[in-house]
Amino acid sequence: MSSTIDRAHRLGRLLAAFAFAIFYAAAARSITPEQIHDIALGEYDQKVDAIAALVASGDEAALALLQSLADGEIQTSGEQVLKIKDKTAIDLITGKAVDPIPQSLDDVVLNNRVRRELATAIAALKLGSADRAVRLAAAKELQRGAADATLPAIRRAQEHEQDPEIKGLLTLARSTNELASDDKATRIGAIRALAESRDPNTKMLLLPLIERKGAEFAEPDAEVRAEAEASLRAIDSRLATGEMIGRVFSGISLGSILLLAALGLAITYGLMGVINMAHGELIMIGAYATYVVQNLFRGHLPGAFDFYLVAAVPVAFCASAVVGMALERSVIRFLYGRPLETLLATWGISLILIQMTRMLFGAQNVQVENPAWMSGGVELMANVVLPYSRIVIIFFAAAVVALVALLLTRTRLGLFVRGVTQNRPMASALGVPTGRVDTYAFGLGSGIAGLAGCALSQIGNVGPDLGQSYIVDSFMVVVLGGVGQLAGTVYAAVGLGIVNKFLEAWSGAVLAKIAVLVFIIVFIQKRPQGLFALKGRMADT
Amino acid sequence: MQRRNALKRLALSAALAIAGLGVTTQALAADTIKVGVLHSLSGTMAISETVLKDVTLMAIDEINAKGGVMGKKLEPVVVDPASNWPLFAEKARQLLTQDKVAVVFGCWTSVSRKSVLPVFEELNGLLFYPVQYEGEELSKNVFYTGAAPNQQAIPAVEYLMSKEGGGAKRWVLLGTDYVYPRTTNKILRAFLHSKGVQDKDIDEKYTPFGHSDYQTIVADIKKFAAGGKTAVVSTINGDSNVPFYKELGNQGLKATDVPVVAFSVGEEELRGVDTNPLVGHLAAWNYFMSLKNPSNDSFKKQWAEYAKAKKLPGADKPLTNDPMEAAYVGIHMWKQAVEKAKSTDTDKVIAAMAGQKFMAPDGFEIKMDEKNHHLWKPVFIGEVQKDGQFNVVWKTKGPIRAQPWSQYIEGNEKKKDEPDKK
Repeated sequence: MSSTIDRAHRLGRLLAAFAFAIFYAAAARSITPEQIHDIALGEYDQKVDAIAALVASGDEAALALLQSLADGEIQTSGEQVLKIKDKTAIDLITGKAVDPIPQSLDDVVLNNRVRRELATAIAALKLGSADRAVRLAAAKELQRGAADATLPAIRRAQEHEQDPEIKGLLTLARSTNELASDDKATRIGAIRALAESRDPNTKMLLLPLIERKGAEFAEPDAEVRAEAEASLRAIDSRLATGEMIGRVFSGISLGSILLLAALGLAITYGLMGVINMAHGELIMIGAYATYVVQNLFRGHLPGAFDFYLVAAVPVAFCASAVVGMALERSVIRFLYGRPLETLLATWGISLILIQMTRMLFGAQNVQVENPAWMSGGVELMANVVLPYSRIVIIFFAAAVVALVALLLTRTRLGLFVRGVTQNRPMASALGVPTGRVDTYAFGLGSGIAGLAGCALSQIGNVGPDLGQSYIVDSFMVVVLGGVGQLAGTVYAAVGLGIVNKFLEAWSGAVLAKIAVLVFIIVFIQKRPQGLFALKGRMADT
Repeated sequence: MQRRNALKRLALSAALAIAGLGVTTQALAADTIKVGVLHSLSGTMAISETVLKDVTLMAIDEINAKGGVMGKKLEPVVVDPASNWPLFAEKARQLLTQDKVAVVFGCWTSVSRKSVLPVFEELNGLLFYPVQYEGEELSKNVFYTGAAPNQQAIPAVEYLMSKEGGGAKRWVLLGTDYVYPRTTNKILRAFLHSKGVQDKDIDEKYTPFGHSDYQTIVADIKKFAAGGKTAVVSTINGDSNVPFYKELGNQGLKATDVPVVAFSVGEEELRGVDTNPLVGHLAAWNYFMSLKNPSNDSFKKQWAEYAKAKKLPGADKPLTNDPMEAAYVGIHMWKQAVEKAKSTDTDKVIAAMAGQKFMAPDGFEIKMDEKNHHLWKPVFIGEVQKDGQFNVVWKTKGPIRAQPWSQYIEGNEKKKDEPDKK
């Protein structure tokens, strides 16, 4: 009977609330009502002071309170401070359950300063946890700078800590505080300890020591200053390696994207000498196909949402391949041998495709969400974070290149494609169905463009104009790499990506793009056939 | 021969018929007042400007439902200049000369406004510009309902310098490469100098429109931040904001370490972004959707109902933002000015706009300044919350006057605080 179930539910909730209440009543004795009031309803200064007081107490209950504040579980109603969890509300000052939950609840207002104090306070209190991972994360958080209030907690933790890595981090955390000590030996010891830091934020603590204030230095003792400079040099060289790794990674990441975008174009251009201005739109079709698959998963399979990307890959390939093959069959094959007309015709088709997308999906960008495993990044060092989405795309691009290479070298279709590329009349004379090979090759090139679109949907905006931003880059890579082998496209794409990123770090995004274009123009003057060209008696291409 | 004659006659009669239709529709059209809407509905700026077109149409429907202006209904003429700046000028000319609109509500980027300005001044048209901008302009034919730098940029930097805002000592000025970020950063650099910040502690960076790869830039910000407490002032415009904020989130650049305050990012631009890692980053505007007051409540309700009724994209989660509020205020003030002047003639309306007051969704009765064509606006600084809304952490007591000629640019002391009479 439903009323028994209702009663059971209510009893269960009441018991849970009672349990919470007892826990909080016991704990609340060490936390004063003024502190709770200040944290929830006070001005920002009062909040910070209350947090400092709670950290100094080192209480278990203090950790629970601060954690619920950080998680947004604490809300206020008038003067009442309530913790809301699982539809139960507990008044934190009295420790009693409140039923029914008041209608108008206000969130506790935090700003960046309070949030920062809260984060360090929680980290300091977590140093006593039994879980090593929790202690390690807390120590890393405190490495940045320990406020005076957290020092007792850090000292207590250092006495009990066995793990060497965590102990080292705690020493660093204490050193950040000892920099302000009156004793010169303590200061030098702290500076030497901080030289081991891998965190760029440590520089922020050491730089003020060698700063000038007018004619004098902020730090009066010359020996301490010298130690600070030595430590800064050590940190800088460590950071420089991290920076280089970061830059190389972003260059490879950009290169992988250019590679995906240009690979299909290299195949169609190499095979048929067709300048396909609609290539960018084939990329866009792949991106929109991913969007459609995402919506299907969201609507019908919300539990498996994180895997929509895996399903979207073949769908994007097929969608673009079909459009590409239709394009080849209906327009391009009739313009064989007339490059200018093909250029014009495919340009017109690109406009048609853009407009059709606008009509079907709207002129604005559409939202493609990253699945959970593509968000965030892996922290190699303190100043180098490699986003998961870009790592996945790099591996994806490598896989696509490997598959295409396999296709071209090990399959019959690949053999025909290579034959027709090298010498069309001879291949035809030997019985290769050049017409059908053209269609399949065009489909392959377009399908790869679709895969590029699928990858791009994860890191950029998806809109009808997506293709326009990538068509120029794709042609740049194809022109630079030559159409003889796949290797040309690979080297050109990765090379352009790295050069672009290194230039960007040096001169800014706008100038880097200009410089890359100028470089390609100059390169083409010297070597018009690109990096890897077809050897032999092919006069064109 | 006969067939050709027959075809000629058919063409002639068809042309006459269409002309006749045109005449009759013209005669009917004299009962309406045409109003131009000049916002990008495609391209990189569509993410920001499409809702401005919709809120303008909503205000037009609201005015028409209450009887129109001077008894005549407003007839919107919507054009799409597609984030293409020369096309903005062409479309503006088309609106003024062919459609003969009485007023145009439009533009977002300063480059689009600068492109259409000569057209409006040549044809003596009237433009209401609802977006925050860099100042350094004061045209008789334009009413600026968005913030000038002293109503947005300067208060934001002052807040970030204060203890509450994090006490920033080093500054990264990051923007899209066009006139608004360049001029705003020039003003901010002069302001920072006046507060004792040296050039070595200021880093200016620019990216082109539509740029989507922010890896290097975020890495550079992290490196710059190692030299001292840093804050980033972002004047990135358009859909480049989405990959920028995604990169900030992916690389773990938290607001507690390096706060980013944006001047062109509101609730609408954050719609497509996972805001969990972005909590604490800031925006400075004269209105936030989260403001609690009766006029905002009715504005939000009106917008939610309109979005649902017209099945607009995003109607499942209706959002309002500052430029939408400024567009709404602008069109209502225009209506009030027309009724006061009893005419839609540009010069009469310009004279009647001086001192117009309106109860705005930001909770204040705001005033159009008597002389300088700008609104008195309150300033709010808000932090991003998990749900994509903004929580106000600082605000002015009431509306403050706009200074279109910033005191931080040399030579501005000689500029007059009102448009040149032409």
